[in-house]
Amino acid sequence: MSEGALLELRGIYKSFPGVKALQNVDFNLRKGEIHALMGENGAGKSTLIKVLTGVYTKDEGDITLDGQSVNIRSPQDAQHMGISTVYQEITLCPNLSVAENIYIGRSDNVIQNWKEMFSGAEKMLKALDIPAEATAQLASCSIAVQQMVAIARAVDMDCKVLILDEPTSSLDDQEVQKLFKLMRDLKERGVGIIFVTHFLDQVYEVCDKITVLRDGKLVGEYPIKELPRVELVSKMLGKELDDMSEIKTHDVVKDDDDSVPVIYEAEGLSSTEGIKPFDFHIKKGEVNGFVGLLGSGRSECVRAIFGADRVLSGTVKKNGKIVKIQKPIDAMKNGIAYLPEDRKVDGIIGELSVKDNIILALQVMKGFFKPLSKSEAEAFAAEYIDMLKIKTASADTPIKSLSGGNQQKCIVARWLLTHPEYLILDEPTRGIDVGTKVDIQKLVLKLAEEGMSITFISSETDEMLRTCSRLIVMRDRKVVGELKGEDLTQSKIMSTIAGGEVQS
Amino acid sequence: MSAKKNSLSDLFGKIVRQQIFIPIAALFILLLFNLIFDPGFFVITLGENSAGDPVLSGNLITVINMGSELAILAIGMTFVTAASGGQDISVGAAIAIAGSVLLRVLCGDNTRPAAGELQTSFLVAFIVSCIVAMAFGAFNGVLVSIFKIQPMVATLILYTAGRSIAAWINNNELPIISDPEFGYFGGFIPGIPVPTPVFIAIACMIVAALVLKFTNLGLYTQAVGINENSSRLNGLNPVFIKWLTFVILGLCVAVAALIKVSRLSSINYSVIAKDIEMDAILAVALGGNALSGGKFNLWASIIGAYVIQLLTTTLFKYEVPSDALPAYKAVVVILLVVFSAPTVREKLAHLKKSPAAKKGVA
Repeated sequence: MSEGALLELRGIYKSFPGVKALQNVDFNLRKGEIHALMGENGAGKSTLIKVLTGVYTKDEGDITLDGQSVNIRSPQDAQHMGISTVYQEITLCPNLSVAENIYIGRSDNVIQNWKEMFSGAEKMLKALDIPAEATAQLASCSIAVQQMVAIARAVDMDCKVLILDEPTSSLDDQEVQKLFKLMRDLKERGVGIIFVTHFLDQVYEVCDKITVLRDGKLVGEYPIKELPRVELVSKMLGKELDDMSEIKTHDVVKDDDDSVPVIYEAEGLSSTEGIKPFDFHIKKGEVNGFVGLLGSGRSECVRAIFGADRVLSGTVKKNGKIVKIQKPIDAMKNGIAYLPEDRKVDGIIGELSVKDNIILALQVMKGFFKPLSKSEAEAFAAEYIDMLKIKTASADTPIKSLSGGNQQKCIVARWLLTHPEYLILDEPTRGIDVGTKVDIQKLVLKLAEEGMSITFISSETDEMLRTCSRLIVMRDRKVVGELKGEDLTQSKIMSTIAGGEVQS
Repeated sequence: MSAKKNSLSDLFGKIVRQQIFIPIAALFILLLFNLIFDPGFFVITLGENSAGDPVLSGNLITVINMGSELAILAIGMTFVTAASGGQDISVGAAIAIAGSVLLRVLCGDNTRPAAGELQTSFLVAFIVSCIVAMAFGAFNGVLVSIFKIQPMVATLILYTAGRSIAAWINNNELPIISDPEFGYFGGFIPGIPVPTPVFIAIACMIVAALVLKFTNLGLYTQAVGINENSSRLNGLNPVFIKWLTFVILGLCVAVAALIKVSRLSSINYSVIAKDIEMDAILAVALGGNALSGGKFNLWASIIGAYVIQLLTTTLFKYEVPSDALPAYKAVVVILLVVFSAPTVREKLAHLKKSPAAKKGVA
């Protein structure tokens, strides 16, 4: 065992019926190290973590913790050994106080000393520099603080190994910075941190080492300095990646080109979600996007366009004709499709099959009394599974058992099947693997070339710059600017979001 | 050889995981039990009733006859469960109301009409009772879908008030219809030895099958039950769909009420269809459907309904006093529910699989 090693995994195997999820995987974690675990969806990251936390039992292999061979049989086991996990979804109780959440289920005493608990929690929050009151209800804290409370709970349980599974996907930049600070503090104390994320920027900002998995096998372990981004991506994908740079070669439809007809036009649109009335239009074959910080109202704008929230005011023209769009079905009948931001909450119908999920929107448009025949439905599903390369055991597999990226592809398929004229994609690339991200961006440009108008929203500005020819900038639920042509640069976007002098 | 065994055990695992496996298995176990302890259970005889018409009788006939109402209600309850993620506990009371309306329309103010003195035709009376039952279903539906009250709480209102409303409709009188033709719906049509409720239940199943085939009711209710947000963003109207399922259940209630009232040619407000709501919910659960809504298998629910009736008939056969019946039933139900729990079934599938697989390797 090498010096400073905290956790060593050797030759881990794990298989499920029909799938070899992990094959001969090694993993090393040292004290005071932040170690990124990278790989596409389905590469085996989650399985490895679940083996480590006792959710799954490994088929073969050895786990050594602090120089001792251990056998982790259950999450409780893992916790007792000092392996704690913070998941993407907060797994605390929102209706309890912060202090209660930190201490819940950890004392064997029947009687709880509330005073001690609150003061203990207060101390810990201070020590970790978490901006929360011990007595505050957890639900009243921001998501980032909730995440930090979850970490505090983990840390207080004398954890040696802290696993962070996509903790940043629902945080904005500032919140991410706070989280990183906390991670660095913990690192100073000698905690080994395993960090799983899809954001490459974050990996390079905070991690020391990277372990890459692909198809359930170990690709390698690299110090962060020796692995440039492009190489990391190509290692994750298993091929040299020129794809990213290939994108953005198509003929950009210029917004000022008068010969191109306007597909959709809105004036003074506002909804119950508190966005200031805004004007918006999109031309045939154009790709535009809304940028802004989380909570700036970009999603609310497109939801208003689709009628997903209750529309309060505004006139909407589709192909020059005034139409009324009050509810999603109105928008769908007008050839507008909307892929929602939160795939799990608003997108998938978990227990239904891939097939049913794909045909749903088309089916609803056809109407209650005109169900697709079984063979039609199967043909549609097969066509899109093939076209979008959706990885699924069969068309009858429940969609919830697919990986995030493949679920997202199903939702994209659902809307493509309705052959919309105008497609709105709200964060289609969030929380999915790099390969699928590239696929989706390519698809956007291909569809635009074929004449579809697309509004694309992403938290990753470089994706927006790569795909959109015009960006609408939002701040505080207001449209504050519009960028196109040479203004489409990272710095210009940042300055518009921040200062917003540019009014169009 | 080993490959064959493996595929056999795979097949077994697959079958065990099928939702419809549990109710069918329960049905077979109960039948097997009867076969072992008293093969006479299966005897069906063709006799004559008091009017001299041929009738089939026997325990199995009793099961499919008496199970009709429950099977019909299970259809509606399955839809309600799927879309709203809750259950309607007012169906028994609603049957009392629908039955009462049926009699009221037929009898008018004369509570003892002689044959031929009925106010209107059976069809008209049945349609009126359907409308009333669907209206009460719609009332429940509004509470659940628009006011977002939990289904059990919402339907508790009608559960509590229903039987007194039913009594009030007939001024607390108990009309008796002496016209023998009215008894056909719950008894036998002269010349046909199979009880009429069986045909009515089959007709309801056929209608349900056609509705599932030629409309999107199945897809819509499941989608709404699983994820209301997504459903709305896909252009569905979850409020309307939930409401609709309660109206459909109302229709099922009216049909069940027709059979129930016809069996007696009269009504007893406090006893008619007593506790049938619990059996209907149980049928849905026995069918392996999640009571929290979402995916459903209608046929499994219907088989579940007949399992309950088979159980009741079996217990009667062994002269379990009717007071003690619920206790016996409870024991069997606990077993069934435990075995249909996903965790147990998953274990079961593995249990059978691994020894077979090992043998195959050896």
